[in-house]
Amino acid sequence: MREFRYERPATVAEAIRAVSHDPEADFLAGGTTEVDLMKDGVFHPDLLVDITRLPLRGVRRNGTMLQVGALTTMEELAADRTLVERAPFVVEALLRGASAQLRNMATIGGNLLQRTRCRYFRDPAVPACNKREPGSGCEAVNSVARMHAILGASPACIALHASDLAVPLVALDAVVHIQSEEGERLVPLTQFYLMPGETPDRENVLRHGELITAIDIPLPPPGTRSIYLKIRDRASYEFALTSAAVAVIMDGGVIKEARVAMGGIGTIPWRCFEAEEVLREAPATPDTFRSAADGTIRDPFVVPGTAFKVELAKRTLIRALTEVTS
Amino acid sequence: MTTLTVNGTEYPLDLADPRVTLLDALRDRLDLTGTKKGCDQGACGACTVLSDGRRILACLTLAAQCDGREITTIEGLESHPMQDAFVRHDAFQCGYCTSGQIMSAVALLGENRAGTDADIREYMSGNLCRCGAYSNIVAAVREVARNA
Repeated sequence: MREFRYERPATVAEAIRAVSHDPEADFLAGGTTEVDLMKDGVFHPDLLVDITRLPLRGVRRNGTMLQVGALTTMEELAADRTLVERAPFVVEALLRGASAQLRNMATIGGNLLQRTRCRYFRDPAVPACNKREPGSGCEAVNSVARMHAILGASPACIALHASDLAVPLVALDAVVHIQSEEGERLVPLTQFYLMPGETPDRENVLRHGELITAIDIPLPPPGTRSIYLKIRDRASYEFALTSAAVAVIMDGGVIKEARVAMGGIGTIPWRCFEAEEVLREAPATPDTFRSAADGTIRDPFVVPGTAFKVELAKRTLIRALTEVTS
Repeated sequence: MTTLTVNGTEYPLDLADPRVTLLDALRDRLDLTGTKKGCDQGACGACTVLSDGRRILACLTLAAQCDGREITTIEGLESHPMQDAFVRHDAFQCGYCTSGQIMSAVALLGENRAGTDADIREYMSGNLCRCGAYSNIVAAVREVARNA
């Protein structure tokens, strides 16, 4: 690990000022991605500004919304009774991610900002990674790939967004509170992430010195059924090959309202607007589910190692829809 | 000087270089070598300790972040029934993952997540055992949970 300075300011404003005024500085929260990448030599800030003791922790009910402090840990949010009752698929996504130890450390803000698990990004000995070294190429596209994206990908980058939590949160239209020296701005999570295009090094709309302070989670109406289905190589403690977050309101055998997002397939958490369109006011039948799946996996960018994900993703969504509507 | 509180004892620690992880501080500076360094990357769980009663990974925690926290390591368990159960159920072979397994299992009891074998497997999944002693680990945890 390269040398760095460590500071722990007492207020949010001081923390933001400290990072803003040093282009090589960064915030430190749970550290589960950041410290790991520092050990790997992928990430080398000259200043870490520890925000873990700032008063940005806790969950508050605000009408039909949960306001989650950015420093709330994954375990703390998973234990929130309102969330368990009203949006259990968010809790399922939380508890199917990482391990209990990591979930006690990792924060909600940090979870949304976790870096890709692409092994080439994480290995500085690999010269070609546009995310790590803009303009250097993409080893994953030309070499062995498997845990990679098939939607939103480009020849410049097929790195996957690995968060489980972000999947139901984009489905629910969660909103991110972002604080900077200039003030606060709110960004819908569906507009927070950037697809790689020609600039895979830019993953989201955050500017240097901006800090996520809270996430608003709109609660789905009472009576909503939801599911987070995660398909992976082993039963626990593994990232998704594919996943589906689905929330529906049923009227008999008809789907009145549907919110759908998928993980494990996109360079960003993938909101499935086409599927929602297909499902709305449609009978809950295998034909409906198949066309929702076909509408989602459109024009995938595949390399030999990721070709299996096209059908796997469709089946994942079909199974999630079948289970949640039956 | 930073003060680290481990198993109820306060240790002054010079962290002029903040790269020191909690794991390295425990092992190399406080001579508490019960906490093991496996992957050192947050993947294996061998370095599991408790911070204010919650299980965390010492390898991804900077020691500088731990002042004011109550850290508990395997040395801080005083003849916990879980240790005895691990011995009786032969819940290890090489033993390298064992202190992490035990710390995780002790936390699991506090989290009330040892209701079924499936729960034990799920909520112990952050602790890998390359010898594959899993079935005996589950048996040890199950027994302690039932007697709790």
